[in-house]
Order: sequence, then structure tokens, then C-alpha cells
Amino acid sequence: MSALLQVRNLSLHYGPRVGCQDVSFDLHPGELLCIVGESGSGKSTLLNAVAAQLTPTAGSVRYRQRDGEWLELGTLSEADRRRLAREEWGFVTQNPRDGLRLNVSAGANVAERLMALGMRHYSQLRATARHWLERVEIDPTRIDDAPTSFSGGMQQRLQIARTLVTQPRLVFMDEPTAGLDVSVQARILDLLRRLVNELGLAAVMVTHDLAVARLLAARTIVMQGGRVVETGLTDQILDDPQHPYTQLLVSSVLTT
Amino acid sequence: MTPRYNFAFLDEDTKRMLRRALLKAVAIPGYQVPFGSREMPLPYGWGTGGIQVTAALLGPDDVLKVIDQGADDTTNAVNIRRFFSRVAGIATTEHTTDATLIQTRHRIPETSLREDQILIFQVPEPEPLRTLEPREAETRTLHALADYGLMHVKLYEDIAQYGHIATSYDYPVLVDGRFLTSPSPIPKFDNPKLDRSPALMLFGAGREKRLYAIPPYTSVESLAFDDHPFELQRWDHQCALCGSGDSYLDEVVVDDHGARMFVCSDTDYCSGRRVEAQA
Repeated sequence: MSALLQVRNLSLHYGPRVGCQDVSFDLHPGELLCIVGESGSGKSTLLNAVAAQLTPTAGSVRYRQRDGEWLELGTLSEADRRRLAREEWGFVTQNPRDGLRLNVSAGANVAERLMALGMRHYSQLRATARHWLERVEIDPTRIDDAPTSFSGGMQQRLQIARTLVTQPRLVFMDEPTAGLDVSVQARILDLLRRLVNELGLAAVMVTHDLAVARLLAARTIVMQGGRVVETGLTDQILDDPQHPYTQLLVSSVLTT
Repeated sequence: MTPRYNFAFLDEDTKRMLRRALLKAVAIPGYQVPFGSREMPLPYGWGTGGIQVTAALLGPDDVLKVIDQGADDTTNAVNIRRFFSRVAGIATTEHTTDATLIQTRHRIPETSLREDQILIFQVPEPEPLRTLEPREAETRTLHALADYGLMHVKLYEDIAQYGHIATSYDYPVLVDGRFLTSPSPIPKFDNPKLDRSPALMLFGAGREKRLYAIPPYTSVESLAFDDHPFELQRWDHQCALCGSGDSYLDEVVVDDHGARMFVCSDTDYCSGRRVEAQA
């Protein structure tokens, strides 16, 4: 099967400091890839560079569109980049307040991306929004409530609904469960696993939590100091870490 | 005319700058053209944008009409009319049909305009997306890419909260199928008059330093949803003075017991109809 995303020798420097250095990987349709590492290891920088939100210093990112055509993201115009972000991609931020429009209702948040795609039928928008609220386990009677009246976990689920409503092919997630308590985390991870399977999404997820990687990802990339130190099947990495840093990461997970 | 001033108050270089910006605005219908807005002898919010456009267009033979909320006799309208008769010595009128230039705030006259007339709007906020997107750089990008899904978020919110599109003034329009544009705070009742109007429509926002235009016979479409089409306001009343049933009516409280009457907001249209009825 042909890859969906090809990252080759990607580097991003913030002036003299290294964000990420010489990263390469492929992502296949329907695959969920986790990027793990400690704070400051370049995980989010890599994610933003791959998602064309930051401009890489060197290297290339190629994406295969729905029509099978390969796009070189570095040479994409602003219009094409936005079209991709609107029609084929989704981005879930760590803080739902960054990804949501807080001054409009939950329903409008879910429907916004549909309206951006040109859907102009109110009843259909509303029905779709209600359906998606149900899918992310938010009571659909709260469709007209402001996201500010939602709990943190609900806001994150709302952001997931808002992102997935347009059925993207590729979703980028930046620590979607950080900052939530453990039981809420578990529910969201469960939900994500189900939706990713149902929709056949490809996803790149950044996390510092190895348990998240274990639960969701088939493959994992371990980063340290902006470089990839180890990559492979998640179970293999977590059960038989080769690199000293990975061994340290795995051994520092609290076990009960 | 007071000779201490240059004709129509502004100096000739400023008028030239304004005319260049206006030409660009007419060439790109609905596009907001930046211009060097000048200090005017009235505060922002009183029509500094409109008054500069008027000053740039006035010639000695022009006849100026100024309306504020449809009325010729309100403070703003009287002052601006008097200002231009002082600094330009031009003739003014209250009759829509006699005017060559009409500066307006919040209304379009009921009487149909002609090709030889220009309507000049005072605009407080030229950016229709501003309440949804506060960043100017971002709204400019959205305009450049014609990425206007955001505007429907506002209309969606209206229907979700009130059951219908409750936006009743400054109702967003798409000009010439391309630029999302604010029609200025006119009631949506007046939106259909913008569509393929024979008269040139110019918009000036003094504080925001933007000009834009709707050239004659340009299509102007009010945004809506497929199942919630654009609708006009309706009244259960007729004008208490002239009996008009198809003009925009103001509700006026007439005593301390809550009695009300409905009268035309366009004073010239209303008095014209009354004169006609007496004749």
C-alpha cells in the first residue's frame, strides 16, 4: 500500500537552536503514529512542521491527496495549504480553547467546517452537528450551549467532533489528553480509538504519555533533543527498548 | 461660501488621493481600499468617511442631499448639509429626485435612484467579518481567498438562538459574486435596493480608513441558508402620516401611556406622498 505522507530529512531550527533535526518517516492510510518524548524534545515542532503550520528549515514533506496526486507541502501556496487543512486534514490542539471558537455555540463549532466547505442547508447542518455531538458522547440537547459552559473533557470531545465532522483523511493531534484527569483521559482515548477505527483515519499524535502510545498507536517514534532516537512498532519499543533514552523513558513509567 | 476654505474643505491633493482610491474601489467592487483619512471638523462616528468622499466628489453644480436614519431634518444631516454649503457654496436639497449626490447614514431613500446620482454611505465598521475574526491580517487573507464560511457561523448562531436570521441591519452581502461586504448599518429592508442599482454606491469609513464601492448594475446578494432564505422586515401597520404600506417604518412613542405610531423613516418620501394626496 502506498503511503499517505512522506517526511524526509525534515529539520526546523529556531535561529541557532534546534527544533527538530533530520526526521524521516512514512505514514500509511488508516495508521496512527505516536511521537513520544520529554518536554522540549521537538515533538510539537515536528508536528507543526509536518502539518505545514511552521516552515521547515530543510527537508521535505509530501502528501498524497484524495485524487492520488502527490503534493510537496513546502511549495504549496497559502490558498492550497488552507484548502488541504479545510478539506483533507484536521488538527486537534492540546488546549481545546485554542481549537474551538468560544464565542459561538457548540453546534456552530461543529458546523463551522461544514459551512467552510460550502454547506448551506441549516437543518442538515444541525442534524449533522447533533449526530456528531452524540458520537463524541456529548448530550445533543446542549447543542446551543456555549463551549465555555462545558467541562475540560467535554471541550476536548467537542474539538474532536468539530475536527472529524468533515471526515478528514489525516488528523494531527497535539497531546489531546494532556491536562485532563485520568478517568476523562481514558474516555477520550477510548473514543479516539473507536473513531479512528470506524473512520479509517490516518493520524499523527504527539504525546509524552507512553500509555497513550501503547493504547492507540501501531508505530511509535521516540524523540530526544530534536532527533529521532528510536522508531518501530509500539509494542516492540515499549517491551524491548534499544536506545538508552527509550529505556529510561519506559523504566520511568510508574507501575502499580 | 466662506473664502477662507479651499472648495469643499479638503485641499486638492487630498481630494486627488481620495479620487484615486475611489477609482480603485469602483474597479474592484466590494474590495476595501485603504486611504489616508484626514481629520475632519466633526468626531469619528459622525460621518467622517462619508464627508470625505462627498468632499472629493463635489463640483460647483452639484446638489447635495444628506439623510440620517432616513430623515433630512436630524442634527447630523442638517449640520453636514450646512457644512458643505458653507465650504463649497453648493446647492442643497431635501428632495431625492433633485439631488446629484446623496450622503446617507443608515438608510437608502425609498424613491428609486437614477444613473446620474451617487449615494455615499457613512460606514462605522467596513469589515463584515470583524466580530468573528479580530485579526486584520487574517480577515484580509480570508477576503483574498474568498474563504467566507465564517460569515455563515454568525447566521447559524442567529437561527439557533432566535429561530430565524435575527440580523436586521448591516446584513452581510456578497458583491459581484466575489467580495463579502458590509452594506453599512442600513436595515436589511434596504438590501434589495443595492442589487443592480442604477446609481453608483460609495462607502467611506473614516476611522477605519477604508473606502469601497458598489458600481451601477452590480449584483449584490444577501447571504442566507438554503432552508432559511433572506427575508425582509414586515409591519402590520401603514405609515400614520402618508398611509404608505411598502416603506420602512419607524415606531414612535407619542405619549406617556405607551401609545405608538408608525411613520415612514424616509421623511422626503413621506412628505412627497402627502403633498400628492392633497393635490
